[in-house]
Amino acid sequence: MSHGSTGYGAFGDIEQKEELSGHDISPGDDRPATGEIAHGLLGYSVGLGLAVLLTIVSFFVAGTDLVWRPSIPIALFVLAVAQIGVHLVFFLHITTGPDNTNNVMALAFGVLIVFLVIGGSLWIMSHLNANMMIPMGEAMQP
Amino acid sequence: MSGAVERVGAADPYRIGHGTGYQEHTVEHAERGLAAKRIIVGFGFWIFLLSDIVMFSAFFAAFAVLANRTAGGPTGRQLFDLTNVAIETACLLFSSFTCGIASIGARAHNPRMYYGGMAVTFVFGAIFLFLEMHEFAGLVAQGAGPERSAFLSAFFTVVGCHGLHVSLGLLWLLTMVAQVFAKGFRPDILRRVLCFSLFWHALDIIWVALFTIVYLMGAGA
Repeated sequence: MSHGSTGYGAFGDIEQKEELSGHDISPGDDRPATGEIAHGLLGYSVGLGLAVLLTIVSFFVAGTDLVWRPSIPIALFVLAVAQIGVHLVFFLHITTGPDNTNNVMALAFGVLIVFLVIGGSLWIMSHLNANMMIPMGEAMQP
Repeated sequence: MSGAVERVGAADPYRIGHGTGYQEHTVEHAERGLAAKRIIVGFGFWIFLLSDIVMFSAFFAAFAVLANRTAGGPTGRQLFDLTNVAIETACLLFSSFTCGIASIGARAHNPRMYYGGMAVTFVFGAIFLFLEMHEFAGLVAQGAGPERSAFLSAFFTVVGCHGLHVSLGLLWLLTMVAQVFAKGFRPDILRRVLCFSLFWHALDIIWVALFTIVYLMGAGA
C-alpha cells in the first residue's frame, strides 16, 4: 500500500498508545512487549558471559608462564579491545541499525582522538627521551 | 483530535505543509523517520560520554609515559594485589549487568525489576568503591602515596578519577531511584534512567582499560 493511504491506520495506532501512556510520549518510547523483555535479558546475559570469559582470560594471561612473555602486553591489549567491543554491543547497544548511525560516527571520532592522544604522547615522549642522550631512568634516581 | 488528523491526512497526504498543531506535527515527523526523543537523548549523552573518555585518555597517556618513573620507589609489581583487582572487576561487571536489568525493568514499567536491579547495582558499586579506597589507604600507609613518585602520581590520578566517577554514579543512582519512586515511570524520567545506565556501562568500559593497562601490564612488566 502507498504511504498516503496507510496514514490513517498508522495515526490511529499511535493515538491508542497515547491514550494508554500519557501525552508526553513519542513513538519509540512505548513500553516493550513481554518478548522484548526476555530478549533484552538474553542480550545482557550473553554480554555478561562473554565479558566474564574475557576478564578471566586476561587475568590468567597476565600471570602465566605458558606464553612467550613479550607477547603478553599485546595479548592483554587485544583482550581488552575485545571486551570493550562486547560492552559496546551488548550493554550500550551500539549496533549497525539506522538509529545508531550517529552513535557509531561519534564513537569512531572518539576512538580516533583517544589513539591520537595516547599514541602521540608515547611517541613524542620516547623520542624526547632518546634525544636527551641521558637515560631518563638514571636521571630521575635520587 | 482524531478528526483533525484525518482531515490533515486527506488534504495533505504527503505532509508537505507543516501547518498542523503540535501533537500532529510530532507524529508526522516520526512517521517520516525522525528519531524518537529517547534516541536523540541517548545520542546527546553518548557525546558527553565520549568526551569523558577522551579526558580519561589524557590521564592514560600520562600514566603510560610515567609508568616506569618510579624515582627509586616501589614499582607496580611490588604494590598491586591482583586478587583485590579481580574482585573489584567482578563487582563492577556484575553491577553493570544488574544496571541493564534495571533499565529493562524501567522500560517495562516493572517496579520489582527496576528497584531490585538498582539496589543490587548500588551494593556492588559500593563494594567496588570500598575496595578501592581500602587499596588507596593501604598504599598511602606504606609510604606509596601520590607524592612518592611520578608513577604513583599518575596511578592515583587515573584510578582516583575513575573512583570519583563511580561515586558520582552512585549518587545519581540514588537520585534516579528517588525520582521514579516520587514521579513514577514517566517518559522524561525514563530518559534519565537511560542516561544513567549508559553512564554506568561506560564506567565499566573505562575500568576494562584501567585494569588492563594499569594493573595487569603494570604488575607483569
